[in-house]
Amino acid sequence: MSFSLYVEVLIQGVLTGLVYGLMALGLSVIFGVVRVVNFAHGEFAVLAMYAAFILFGLFHLDPIVASLPIAAAFFVVGYMLQRTVVQPFVTRPQHEQFILLVGLSIVIVNALLLTFGPESKHTDLSYSFDSYSLGAVLVDKARVYGAAAALVVTTALFAFFRYTLTGAAIRAAADNLTGAAVVGLDVKRLYAISFGVGLACVGAAGSIMMALTDMTPMLGPSLTLLAFTIVIVGGLGSMAGALFGGMLIGVAEALASVIASPSIKSMVSFSLLVLVLALRPQGLFGKAEA
Amino acid sequence: MLVVENLDLCYGDAQALAGVSLEVRQGAVVAIVGANGAGKTSLIRAIAGILKPKRGRILFRGQNIAGLESHRVCNLGIGQVAEGRQVFPTLTVHENLLMGAMIPRAKKRRAENLDRMLALFPRLRERTGQAAGTLSGGEQQMLAIARCLMGEPELVMFDEPSLGLSPAMAQAVLDTIVDLNRQGLSCLLVEQNVAASLELASDAYVLENGAITLSGTGAALLADDRVRQAYLGM
Repeated sequence: MSFSLYVEVLIQGVLTGLVYGLMALGLSVIFGVVRVVNFAHGEFAVLAMYAAFILFGLFHLDPIVASLPIAAAFFVVGYMLQRTVVQPFVTRPQHEQFILLVGLSIVIVNALLLTFGPESKHTDLSYSFDSYSLGAVLVDKARVYGAAAALVVTTALFAFFRYTLTGAAIRAAADNLTGAAVVGLDVKRLYAISFGVGLACVGAAGSIMMALTDMTPMLGPSLTLLAFTIVIVGGLGSMAGALFGGMLIGVAEALASVIASPSIKSMVSFSLLVLVLALRPQGLFGKAEA
Repeated sequence: MLVVENLDLCYGDAQALAGVSLEVRQGAVVAIVGANGAGKTSLIRAIAGILKPKRGRILFRGQNIAGLESHRVCNLGIGQVAEGRQVFPTLTVHENLLMGAMIPRAKKRRAENLDRMLALFPRLRERTGQAAGTLSGGEQQMLAIARCLMGEPELVMFDEPSLGLSPAMAQAVLDTIVDLNRQGLSCLLVEQNVAASLELASDAYVLENGAITLSGTGAALLADDRVRQAYLGM
């Protein structure tokens, strides 16, 4: 195989990985702050894909553009969900939280199956088959746009956590929960915002993915698993880790697809997961537990 | 200002507080003395709304605040300098201070209070951009006090403010409490240094196994044989 093919695959992997990273970032934010693992994460991504698909069908709205309104709507959904359903489980044992969110994921998948059927769906964009050429290297236009949108959302998120008072308060609650109660931070509100932010990430990522791949309701569990792999490789609770983990998995899967076969790509990312768990259990960017 | 009446608190089946009653008058320093595990921290956390009492009333300026959420209690003007300082280690000193002023009552004068705190604690001024986790124990205690004052409290509950500090730093912390009290701040003080806390307290209570066993003025308790034997080793 030619060298330019490897460069091409590498670039595609990084671009797709940025979108994966944004999705995983949502999982990481929710876990890092609320300490609840969103086992319905991939299902929310699929829900966002359907939202993007419908918006495309109704208004011919580009899924990459639609990622912004969908992220906003998902923020509201996440906020309400935390306030009503998840908050009472925050102090309960982990297996009960697990049952709650797995239950939610089953409801989402089956509601989608019931409503839209099991057929795979895709959006035909005017630039779906266009690509930029850098010499001999070809890069999909849709992937470039998608990665750019993912970067914009991620940057906005970093700025929110770094520069706003609410962002600092969320970091404070993640840092020291007792301290947060002591100074009178409204922790339940901060949790609701964090869950909202987490779902906004997965909402934007899912919408962008609608421009890149085909989708069926059954995609949910594999996306949840993908988000997990990324977040554990990158380091649970680390924002930079989620993004880097996304790119790493994106590249690893893309390279495995061309070198061996597309069906082997999950094996490569899970091998990476096992390797990281064995050698650096806190993840590449994670802090070791004190 | 603060009246606690017949407070009961349980952790599951274990009773941490049994019928505790006490009063903090406006402008007073009230000390609570007791062995480890006697329920001092539980009492403070119950007043702060972090733990829910099983029975009893907590009146602040006549309003029953028992069972209120902690951010609402804070917003009424009850601040806390918690045991173990409880700073936010990865946030900067500046961010830590701002977190003290997130409650609605303190939002308006946030910038003004920040300047005041940095003037009051020059050591913090030199370190505003530094992560709070990198400060020394004494500096973290100063930060915890300054962060609490950012919320414009009228009553502050200090839980073991000198624990783990060098003697000089411990003295500086106690001096700060005296100064703040002179400026009108009411204080509830739990302190391992029993002699020092009784000396600066107007009233004091002895807490044993979750119940008040003795109370009186600071001076009276300091002279009491039972207190001298049990807590002062005399």
